[in-house]
Amino acid sequence: MTNPVFDRIKQDLNENDVVLYMKGTPMFPQCGFSAAVVQVLSDLGVKFKGIDILVDPSLREAVKQYTNWPTLPQLYVKGEFVGGCDIVREMAASGELKQLLDGKGVAHA
Amino acid sequence: MAMEANEIEALIKAGLPDAVVVIEDLRGDGDHYSALVVSEAFRGKSRVQQHQIVYAALQGKMGGDLHALALQTTTPENAPDFAKG
Repeated sequence: MTNPVFDRIKQDLNENDVVLYMKGTPMFPQCGFSAAVVQVLSDLGVKFKGIDILVDPSLREAVKQYTNWPTLPQLYVKGEFVGGCDIVREMAASGELKQLLDGKGVAHA
Repeated sequence: MAMEANEIEALIKAGLPDAVVVIEDLRGDGDHYSALVVSEAFRGKSRVQQHQIVYAALQGKMGGDLHALALQTTTPENAPDFAKG
């Protein structure tokens, strides 16, 4: 029986090109790793939806099951899981993140 | 609950017998580490898949006992000199 919260996650991912499940909000991140990814996205000038999992424990666990990834933040582009803080920073530094966004037709600065 | 660096290293090596593992305790609180893991098992895998291999070796401790692990994974030929097997 799949997790009922998965439907909500799928809806988030369908309705938004770039989704960041994070601790806190883009304006007030509650964790250094979440803040780091918000910074990467802001530097790239990418519009994204930040979803605060701290306000919803069931979402927090469901997101980890959804992609078999044990930590947060988690970044998704066009419904595809990109990675957590380490991977996003690595990809931003190497230029791969910009390539991914271009490849998926997601606008950025 | 926290973890010791050698515990983390032992778990990773149990899951990846060929791995070279370099761990750094970022804050001295047993909860924030960085780890470089070098293994043949990563060849041809995406970054996400490589990290999932390490998380599997950590047997569910990642995100639980172990709050933060800044992870870097690579194959032997790309390993920095200090991590050559």
